[in-house]
Amino acid sequence: MAIKGILEDKDRIFTNLYGFQDWGLEGAKQRGAWNATKDILSFGRDWIITNVKNSGLRGRGGAGFSTGLKWSFMPKEVKDRPHYLVVNADESEPGTCKDREIMRHDPHLLIEGCLIASFAMQAHAAYIYLRGEYVHERERLEAAVRQAYEAKLIGKNNIHGWDFDVFVHHGGGAYICGEETALLESLEGKKGQPRLKPPFPAGAGLYGCPTTVNNVESIAVVGTILRRGAEWFTGFGAPNNAGTKLFCVSGHVERPCNVEEAMSIPFRKLIEDHCGGIRGGWGNLKAVIPGGSSVPMIPAEQCEDLPMDFDSLRALGSGLGTAAVIVMDKSTDLIKAIARLSYFYKHESCGQCTPCREGTGWMWRVMERMVKGDADPKEIDTLLEVTKQVEGHTICALGDAAAWPIQGLIRHFRHEIEDRITLYRSSKSNFAGHSIAAE
Amino acid sequence: MSVRRLCAVQPENFEFKPETLEKVNWWIKKYPENRRQSAVIPALWLVQKQEGWVSEPAITAVAKLLNMPQIRVYEVATFYTMFMLEPVGSAALIQVCGTTPCQLRGSEALMKVCKDRIGPKDKLSADGKFYWQEVECLGACTNAPMAMINDYYYEDLTPENLAQIIDDFAAGKQPKPGPYNGRQTSEPLGGATSLLDASLYDGSAAKKIKIPNAPEAEVKA
Repeated sequence: MAIKGILEDKDRIFTNLYGFQDWGLEGAKQRGAWNATKDILSFGRDWIITNVKNSGLRGRGGAGFSTGLKWSFMPKEVKDRPHYLVVNADESEPGTCKDREIMRHDPHLLIEGCLIASFAMQAHAAYIYLRGEYVHERERLEAAVRQAYEAKLIGKNNIHGWDFDVFVHHGGGAYICGEETALLESLEGKKGQPRLKPPFPAGAGLYGCPTTVNNVESIAVVGTILRRGAEWFTGFGAPNNAGTKLFCVSGHVERPCNVEEAMSIPFRKLIEDHCGGIRGGWGNLKAVIPGGSSVPMIPAEQCEDLPMDFDSLRALGSGLGTAAVIVMDKSTDLIKAIARLSYFYKHESCGQCTPCREGTGWMWRVMERMVKGDADPKEIDTLLEVTKQVEGHTICALGDAAAWPIQGLIRHFRHEIEDRITLYRSSKSNFAGHSIAAE
Repeated sequence: MSVRRLCAVQPENFEFKPETLEKVNWWIKKYPENRRQSAVIPALWLVQKQEGWVSEPAITAVAKLLNMPQIRVYEVATFYTMFMLEPVGSAALIQVCGTTPCQLRGSEALMKVCKDRIGPKDKLSADGKFYWQEVECLGACTNAPMAMINDYYYEDLTPENLAQIIDDFAAGKQPKPGPYNGRQTSEPLGGATSLLDASLYDGSAAKKIKIPNAPEAEVKA
């Protein structure tokens, strides 16, 4: 069989992505997990952080910030407050389902990564915060943690010489808890409402102690990167967009799937090699949301030679986000698809900041009218204006995330909204005025 | 945000079953000594496992157990949408994902099945066996459309599959979770396009290795 995609099997980190092999400790060791972990720790904290920086690993949770650099923000000395690592496994960005595969199929890579990261930041405890709905994933991860304790890989007086506990925690079904400070609030047993920054978690995070919050994938790749060398990892992807990446392809492709690929793989190659192509052929593509629901969509014309990485997508006014690729073919009612996302953000707004609490509901209601065409063409600009008033005026990025999908729709498919309004009006024999946007 | 209130009809009291209490205490031990409050979400979830939903007396009991003001537990119970604030079906709580990736692949048809078989959403069915909801993204988008039933994911569903699953639950059976279109997890349907190299699994990755870029002193030694 010809090689599909760009990345070769020997260079994949998540070798049990689909769960065809043993997820347990023995299987994981056979595939290379926990190999030479002690040597890695023996090289010291600075070596680990320098090498993670050199690997060019950018956070896999959406923002794409350098993981090594983030680790270096932790205080150099442990004073009166303990340090914590918190792993963000509250995977809820629509389109995203990669951390789930890591936790249920390759949990030992994550646990090993927790040990290495915690050692580098002088933390003796890590909390892994799973979304509450991931019950099976939590049971699996708890079992893997137990195996690691029994094998003395972690715990007090473990074979690695760094006392270290891993605790699995879970949430209650709130998207906002994927925001790092809301996650910390939730972990402390409160409503998940984001905190103002500063202070940043590295200064005052969990229980007021220095804390670093990292995505599951960012932590789970660290062991393999250090084992194979930073240069190995930088060998994939365009400059500044290094490494391999889990892509979650959903929507209108022949065969939706998760797959680990080289960063910067062209969109078309990703879809045609792994997903059987666009449903109805390449020409049937209408638009793509390339990085989870929060990033603006891009139209088919821009997808032909599009490299899937942080910088290329940013240049198009979109983003790689979590690499959750939502594909929409020509049968899609884009206005309805985005209206559904507006409902999602309205539902998930934590209610703390007025522009978001009120704005998400307002935007959703107007979007619902746009779906029908029951609006005035001037309202498209009013809607755009409101998205700009929500964007950037809230404590966390949920306000931005609610605004961007609508902005993307208007930027590229304004004519569809206008056509819908015209069609609606033409169906009324005697059109008299329009309804008011705000309710 | 979603506005959620406690149910108008509340039971007289709530008692932790010994096994529930044991589990809550296991959770409490995960956090530093003076941070029992951290266990509030797991505790409420265990209450829900025991009773099917979270009642006002249960909120009071959790507050007492964790030394929290009652209002703080109330806030948590109403903020997090996984907590059901009224009784749910005895056979199954069906939560169909309705967010865009699932909508693109037919979640609306699944919800129609629920509506036809069970009744209106967010309401206990007439026979008391079922309760269904439309929920937001459950994070299994490559296996869309899907639903969470009781605690587990039923994926790659068609309206016919879901109707059968509902019938099975009604008959007291426990249908198997996972994908319903013949694939194992989230690999491409019809066979994986990656991870086919047998040498990944022959144990060669477990052999002793030398870490690259070792510090100078290590290289000399």
